[in-house]
Amino acid sequence: MTRGLVEEFGPERVRDTPISEEAIAALGVGAAMAGARPVVEFMYADFMALAMEPIVNQAAKIRYMFGGKARVPVVFRAQEGAGRGNAAQHSQSLEAWFCHIPGLKVVTPSTPADAKGLLVTAIRDDNPVVFLEHKLLYNTKGPVPAGEHAVPFGAADIKRAGRHVTCVGIHTMVHKALAAAETLAREGIELEVVDPRTLVPLDIETILASVRKTGRLLVTHEAYERGGVAGEIIAQVVAAAFDWLDAPPVRLCGRNVPIPYNGALEMAALPQADDIVVAARQLVA
Amino acid sequence: MSSTSGTVAEIPAELSPAQLVGMLRMMLRIRRFDQRALELYREGAMRGTTHPYIGMEAVAVGACATLRPQDRITSTHRGHGHCLAKGGDPRLMMAELLGRATGYCKGKGGSMHIADVDAGILGANGIVGGGIGLATGAALAARLARRDDVSLCFFGDGALNQGILHEAANLAAIWKLPVVYVCENNQYAMSARADAFTSVPDPAVRAAAYGFPGASCDGMDVLDVYRAVGAAVARARAGDGPSLVVCVTYRFMGHHVGDPLNYRDKAEVERWRARDPIERFRRVLVAQRILTPAEADALGAEVEREIEEAVAFAKASPEPEASALEEDVYA
Ligand SMILES: Cc1ncc(C[n+]2csc(CCOP(=O)(O)OP(=O)(O)O)c2C)c(N)n1
Ligand SMILES: [Mg+2]
Repeated sequence: MTRGLVEEFGPERVRDTPISEEAIAALGVGAAMAGARPVVEFMYADFMALAMEPIVNQAAKIRYMFGGKARVPVVFRAQEGAGRGNAAQHSQSLEAWFCHIPGLKVVTPSTPADAKGLLVTAIRDDNPVVFLEHKLLYNTKGPVPAGEHAVPFGAADIKRAGRHVTCVGIHTMVHKALAAAETLAREGIELEVVDPRTLVPLDIETILASVRKTGRLLVTHEAYERGGVAGEIIAQVVAAAFDWLDAPPVRLCGRNVPIPYNGALEMAALPQADDIVVAARQLVA
Repeated sequence: MSSTSGTVAEIPAELSPAQLVGMLRMMLRIRRFDQRALELYREGAMRGTTHPYIGMEAVAVGACATLRPQDRITSTHRGHGHCLAKGGDPRLMMAELLGRATGYCKGKGGSMHIADVDAGILGANGIVGGGIGLATGAALAARLARRDDVSLCFFGDGALNQGILHEAANLAAIWKLPVVYVCENNQYAMSARADAFTSVPDPAVRAAAYGFPGASCDGMDVLDVYRAVGAAVARARAGDGPSLVVCVTYRFMGHHVGDPLNYRDKAEVERWRARDPIERFRRVLVAQRILTPAEADALGAEVEREIEEAVAFAKASPEPEASALEEDVYA
C-alpha cells in the first residue's frame, strides 16, 4: 500500500510511526494547519476508532469554528471491509461514521483508476478527507491512466448503463452489482450500476437522473444497515423523486451484527451478488 | 536482568517438582499448539491470520504460574500462549481456530478473539493495547467486590506507545488497583524495531513516571519471569497497587503467518534461538534431577498426542448453524 514511497520521497517525508493512532491523526491535523499536506495511513479502518477525537472534534470543525480562517488539508487513509476471515475488529466498513460529521469529505473508490484519480484529488483538497479503500479490492486489476489523472469529488460514475433498475453500490458492492447485472441481463432485466465514488460530497443528481429513468432503486453496501449511507441516499431520493418511483426502494446492506470469523457466517453477514439478483427481480415484478 | 545467555534464575523454593514439570509441559503445549496452528493455516483450514507465540513461551507460563484460578488476564493478538497458560482447553481453542460451533467463541471470534471469561481469560484482542484498560477495569471490579484477585495484562512492546497505557497506568496508580502490566518486549512490532520506536531502551523505567515499580526480566527464562511477575502479583494482592514488568523476549517466527520476515537478519534470529526458553528450562530440570531426559521426551510425546487430539476434535466438530449469525449481539 505504501510500496516504493520511501524510496521515492525519502524517510523524512514518509515516516513509519509507533502504534499511536490518536497521536498520528492529531499530528496530521496540526501539521495541516501549519502548512503541511499530510496523508495519515491507519491500516485497518477499525483502528480509526482510536483516532476519532482529532478527526471528528478537531479536523472536521476547525475551519468553521475559526470563522473560516484555517485550512486543514489532511487525508486520513484506511482499508475497510470484510471477506477474509479477519473477524469483528478488522473487517468493519465505517464510512457512515464520517459521513455524519460536517466538515469531512468521504471517498470510497472501487476501481484502480478511481483510486488513483480520487487520491490525487483528496491530497489536493484543502479540507480533511477520509479516504477509505476496501481490502479485497487491492487485488483488482484494471486500466489506470498514466500521468496526471484526477477524478473530481461529487461526480458519480455509471459503471454500467441499464433501463430497469438503478443499483447504487459502494466498494465491493459495485463489483457484485456488475456480476448481478450479467445474470439479470440474461433474463432481460437491465441493471444500471451507479458508483457514487465520493459519499461526501454526494452526486445525488446522477442518482436521481438514473431513478427517473428506471423508476426503481436498490442501494447496497457492506456497512451495517442501521444508520448506514443507504438510508441517507434513499431518503434523499424519496424526498426529491417520490413521484418517479414505481416501487419502494430497497437496501441490501451488512447485517446489524459484528463480522463473524466463520466463513459461512461471514458470507451471510454481507450482501452478495445473488441478493442483488433476487431483489432486482422483485423490484421489476 | 538476572541472566542473558545459558544460565537461568534459581529455582524458587515454593515451586514443587510437579509444578516445575507442569510448567515445562505447558511451554511444550504452547509451542506444539502454535506449530499445528501454522500447519492448519497453510492447509487452508483457517481463515484470517494467526500470530505464533513460538519463542515467547516462558513469558506466558512464568507469568500465569503466579496466578490463582480466579485471577484474570487480558491478552493480545498473539494470544494462544496466554490462553493455554491460564488454563485454556486446547480442544476448544483449536475448534475456534477452525471456526467451529464447539470453539470458545462458537466459531465467531477466531484466533484473535479467543476468550474464556469464566476461566479469567478476558480475551485475546485485535486492537493493539485493547486489553490494557480492560485489565485495569477488572482490577477495579475486584477491588469493589472486596476480593483479592489480581488482573494481569499482557501487551507487546508496540502497545507501549498507545495513549491508553498512560491513562490506565495513572488511574491504576491513584486508585492502587491490583493490576500487573506485563510487557512482552519481543523487539518488534510487525517490522518496527522496539529500540527505534520507543523513547527509552528499557521501557520499565516508564513505571517511575506513575509512581509504581517497574522491572525488566529475562523473558527467555521462565523462572526469571516467575520471579519478577510473582513479586508484582504479590504486591498487587496485598493491596499495594500496580507494577510494570517488562519481559525481554523474541518471537522466533514472523509477525503473522504471511510475514516475509525481510527486516531482521539471520544472525540475530540465531542468537535468540540459541536461548530457546524450552531447551533451557528442560536442561535445568534435568540438571536438577527433577526430570530424566527420557521423562522429558515422554512429556513432548504426551503433548504432541494431546494437540493431535485437539485437532481431531476440532475437525470433527460441526460448523455453526446459520441462525448463529444473529445470536449473541445482545445479552
Ligand atoms: C490499534 C491497532 N493498531 C494497529 C494494529 C495492527 N497491528 C497488529 S499487531 C501489530 C504489532 C504489535 O506489536 P507488539 O505490540 O509489539 O506485539 P507483537 O506482535 O510483537 O506480539 C500491529 C501494528 C492493531 N491491531 N491495532
Ligand atoms: Mg512486539
